[in-house]
Amino acid sequence: MNAPFEGIGASVRRKEDLRFISGGGHYTDDINRPGQLHAYFRRSDRPHAKIVSIDTAGAAACPGVVAVYTAADLAAIGGVPCGWQIHSKDGSPMAEPKHPVLAEGKVRHVGDPIAVVVAGTRQQAKDAAEKLDIVLEDLPSVSSVTDAVAPGAPRVHDDVAGNICYDWHIGDKEGVDAAFAKAAKVVSLDLLNNRLIPNAMEPRAAVGDFDPMSGEYTLYTTSQNPHVIRLLMGAFVLQIPEHKLRVVAPDVGGGFGSKIYHYAEEAMVTWAAGKLKRPVKWTAERSESFMSDAHGRDHASTAQMALDAEGKFLALRVSTLANMGGYLSTFAPAVPTYLYATLLAGVYTTPVIYCEVKAVFTNTVPVDAYRGAGRPEATYLLERLVDTICHDTGLDRVAIRRKNFIAPDAFPYQTPVALQYDSGNYIATLDAAMKAADWAGFPARRAAAKARGKLRGIGMSTYLEACGIAPSKLVGQLGARAGLYEVANVRVHPTGSVTVFTGTHSHGQGHETTFAQLVSDQLGIPVSQIDVVHGDTAKIPFGMGTYGSRSLAVGGSAMVKAMDKIIAKGKKIAAHLMEASVDDIEFKDGKFSVTGTDKSRTLGEIALTAYVPHNYPIETLEPGLDETAFYDPMNFTFPGGCHVCEVEVDQDTGITSVVNFVAVDDVGRVINPMIVEGQVQGGVAQGIGQALLENAAYDAEGQLLSGSFMDYTMPRADDLPNITVGTESTLCTHNPLGAKGCGEVGAIGSPPAVINAVIDALKDFGVRHLDMPASPQKLWAIIQSNRPRMAAE
Amino acid sequence: MYDFAYQKPSSVADAVKALGAEDAKALAGGQTFIPVLKQRLNKPSVVVDLARLGLAGIKVTGEAVVIGAMTTHGAVAASAEIRRAIPALANLASMIGDEAVRHRGTIGGSLANNDPSACYPSAALALGATITTDRRAIKADDFFQGMFTTALEPGEIITSVSFPVPAKAAYMKFKNPASRYAMVGVFVAKGPAGVRVAITGAGQGGVFRHAAFETALSANWSADALAGIATPADGLNSDIHASAEYRAHLIGVMARRAVAAAG
Amino acid sequence: MPQVTLTVNGKSASVEVEARTLLVELLREKLALTGTHVGCDTSQCGACVVDVDGVSVKSCTMLAVQADGAKVTTIEGLAAADGTLHPMQEMFREHHALQCGFCTPGMVMSAIDLVKSHPEGLTEAEIRHGLEGNLCRCTGYHNIVKAIAAAWPLMHGKAMPAAAE
Repeated sequence: MNAPFEGIGASVRRKEDLRFISGGGHYTDDINRPGQLHAYFRRSDRPHAKIVSIDTAGAAACPGVVAVYTAADLAAIGGVPCGWQIHSKDGSPMAEPKHPVLAEGKVRHVGDPIAVVVAGTRQQAKDAAEKLDIVLEDLPSVSSVTDAVAPGAPRVHDDVAGNICYDWHIGDKEGVDAAFAKAAKVVSLDLLNNRLIPNAMEPRAAVGDFDPMSGEYTLYTTSQNPHVIRLLMGAFVLQIPEHKLRVVAPDVGGGFGSKIYHYAEEAMVTWAAGKLKRPVKWTAERSESFMSDAHGRDHASTAQMALDAEGKFLALRVSTLANMGGYLSTFAPAVPTYLYATLLAGVYTTPVIYCEVKAVFTNTVPVDAYRGAGRPEATYLLERLVDTICHDTGLDRVAIRRKNFIAPDAFPYQTPVALQYDSGNYIATLDAAMKAADWAGFPARRAAAKARGKLRGIGMSTYLEACGIAPSKLVGQLGARAGLYEVANVRVHPTGSVTVFTGTHSHGQGHETTFAQLVSDQLGIPVSQIDVVHGDTAKIPFGMGTYGSRSLAVGGSAMVKAMDKIIAKGKKIAAHLMEASVDDIEFKDGKFSVTGTDKSRTLGEIALTAYVPHNYPIETLEPGLDETAFYDPMNFTFPGGCHVCEVEVDQDTGITSVVNFVAVDDVGRVINPMIVEGQVQGGVAQGIGQALLENAAYDAEGQLLSGSFMDYTMPRADDLPNITVGTESTLCTHNPLGAKGCGEVGAIGSPPAVINAVIDALKDFGVRHLDMPASPQKLWAIIQSNRPRMAAE
Repeated sequence: MYDFAYQKPSSVADAVKALGAEDAKALAGGQTFIPVLKQRLNKPSVVVDLARLGLAGIKVTGEAVVIGAMTTHGAVAASAEIRRAIPALANLASMIGDEAVRHRGTIGGSLANNDPSACYPSAALALGATITTDRRAIKADDFFQGMFTTALEPGEIITSVSFPVPAKAAYMKFKNPASRYAMVGVFVAKGPAGVRVAITGAGQGGVFRHAAFETALSANWSADALAGIATPADGLNSDIHASAEYRAHLIGVMARRAVAAAG
Repeated sequence: MPQVTLTVNGKSASVEVEARTLLVELLREKLALTGTHVGCDTSQCGACVVDVDGVSVKSCTMLAVQADGAKVTTIEGLAAADGTLHPMQEMFREHHALQCGFCTPGMVMSAIDLVKSHPEGLTEAEIRHGLEGNLCRCTGYHNIVKAIAAAWPLMHGKAMPAAAE
């Protein structure tokens, strides 16, 4: 009987699903330790204020309260560190004001934690927190980047002039100026990239534990990268050496970036557990998530393209203000710089580019990477600019893209903004997407919609992203304070089953299945014989976690390297057993055989020999079959593709319905098509959410107006269409799998496709641009204000 | 939420008595009240659960639909009798909250709370319903007295609501994109109480009747009759999802659609 | 403190709770049934949906004392005693209708109620509308809708009526 194919390319059903569909998942809030206490954070309800006084006596006297802490108790510990340093144009390092675990002297955003109450139950802690007597004195505050850089704006940090964290640039300013001077046409566009709140369905949670006998701390936390949390919290905040600090990220209910960062609450529960010698647990209420999870996006930009008479792009000039919020979150400085401006060539041959970015402090929740991180902002800017060029010049939206594409034979392609693309075929994904979306048949559908009184539009985006940010040497030069390699440990057990320990983390991506398929493919054993372990610093040598669509391209490559070592060692053992030369041993389908003979040994037999080395080359080879590999990529990977969106707008209400969505992506090698399709659909849902629904709204002072699901519009099932996903793969040329990454393509490619479609639907109204989200209210106002003009025409 | 004493009386009289305690609050389906308690916006001394008073049930006669106060939205939505007598009412119930919320939320709770973005008040007002309590009958016209304010006295319990069967009626709801509550809900009816148009979700003072629409529809029951009648934005709510002007516009759109749907 | 006696997944339980205790807190903290999740505090997300006396209920919007005497089924109680999964669980796995798994218990419980209460069949639009009270941030719902449509015939023991498809 033939075993079902489970290797690379098979849509194997997920190994992790049984526990999730049975209520057997093991999330952080499901963990309860003996003697556990509960922490509740009292947070600022003011955007900016001086802390005049805090009287904890009333809270401390409440039933069940064990401790109340404020910044005054934390003098011995450090602030929450930032993991990336950017230098301004003038060479000076970015402003990096302290981010205290609990607010010191001032609060700088609604949600800034001021004090924590630790009590026997969560309700007791919350009851007592209300009895904290905190006197705040309001200070002038500012929430938008444009207001924050205006002369005389209130300062978020006293020592940061003009609220400028850094004033950075990239590219060739003189070259761009010269090209603009000669251009036949210049098209400019001002645009906002709306602030989003990640809202992973599992709120953040953390449980700190301390063993006074061993001096060992354990932190269970909702993290995408437990080793990074151990490093940052251990070394910078709490000064706990690595061997005394274990960080466990068990099942994690979605992250989308928001669970990359080291948060104050993690340090607080760990520190308090040590002080109180009892476990301390904190679980965010959703309302806390809204005001304490790092937000995403929030750019205000001006983009200008210089063109020749035929529509060829000559130069791009971009100026961006990026909101950092009240403090610097872990990777915040990298997002609007190396994950954004370096992407501004996109899929086009624009020969010179100049981009300047000012990162700006405001009295808002810190902003950091959210699914796509910088790349959606770059893609949105470029793809909106391309459609605006067509709006202004009358050029065709498809033709102009084809004219400016980097040709399939032009790789490797060096962009003017530092990146070197290794592979891609943008014509192939464009053609496939247009075919799947029946682009040619659109005029008939528009006419039919018009007959029904609806405005129908179609739009596309042709995009590129950079994943698996690397290599470590380069990112170090760019300001990263960590390496960006990945680690895999492949342990072949004595009877041939395998456990893989990976430094990546799965919080929905299905690594337990995809990586098992990878191992199955390379080692020739069934998926059922392979377990993938992640998320525990006590089990896994090291790791940088999961973000930036890096897990397969970087983590998977580390696994391939470790398995190469397993096979190399296995060959030596096999050669010994079969009395052949190592050079004559080949490994295929789980068997080591002697070339040209029928002699072979299974992986299991070799493993048993390795652990029971009775007949073994013990003088030249160590026993055991357990290999670790670190993989540091040579370059980013560059997924890309084409998204096509078709919408209908109800003129009476302004409601936009997405009636069709096609995503054709080049994600490189696909291990599990089912999982890839799911990743793209989920990403597109978030992209449609950004384009039509979601908006983290602040008033001018910094009060969060969309602080719950009652006001923040999460995409629901009836807001979304079915999402057609296709792939057109070219392989990554520099990693052993040829993999590029699929986690973010959906969220990167889709927002401009949606807005381009909405603008197309409104083409009779003379609309050139609108900022996301294209809410019913906004569209109604646009339709209203343009109606008289239409009537007059 | 703050802790409280909990009582589950077995008779309306006992419930009224229990509600006589200072800061006592009645618990019907709890789908609004429990979230309010969770946000610590209310601190009752005692919560009186009305579930055991026998107030759930639907009775339909030729002239009226009488719904017990503790009847869930789900039960109203699913009632074949109501679908026959006043389909608009069943439709309205099917649009409140979501499936799970409709399994718990009740008509009595909704009316007593008089949330400005609740759906039921519009039906009660447009159909000229009568709200019966433990002590009296109150006309809908007198019942709603502004946002979260009703004619109910402290401790007074709604026992049932009677809706006269109209000749024509329909409800159209423009949902708040985030919360899915009514951002604008319009109930139109032509019935024993005359032609009535009640608007929920939009007004700062809660549900209200739209006199201009009623006049126009009384003369000519058709969607076209509403064309050109602008609704003033004064007194309408404004928030991040809809300005007062947008709400005013949507009132017109939803009203036209409701009239068209009512036939 | 009030005493609550109820049947959960076929087993009787009697627990002393503060009156303010939510049903979901009773399930998770008193009965260690952590499969039911809490994803919000405004009754919007549906991660906490369980079955109470035959209908889906948001267990974060029901007091534990209100469930006194009730029969409650949670995600842990769906599979048969021999471990055979409920068809909805099977279809969620088969159609990749979950990623991080956090919304999944509530989504499955809501989906079962939705299919049960629509013996006449369900269109795609009806399924999407029926999921109004359940948020998923991972899947974009596409595969959840597919899974529910695929579970309908398995739960009703017949093909989905053509008109509904």
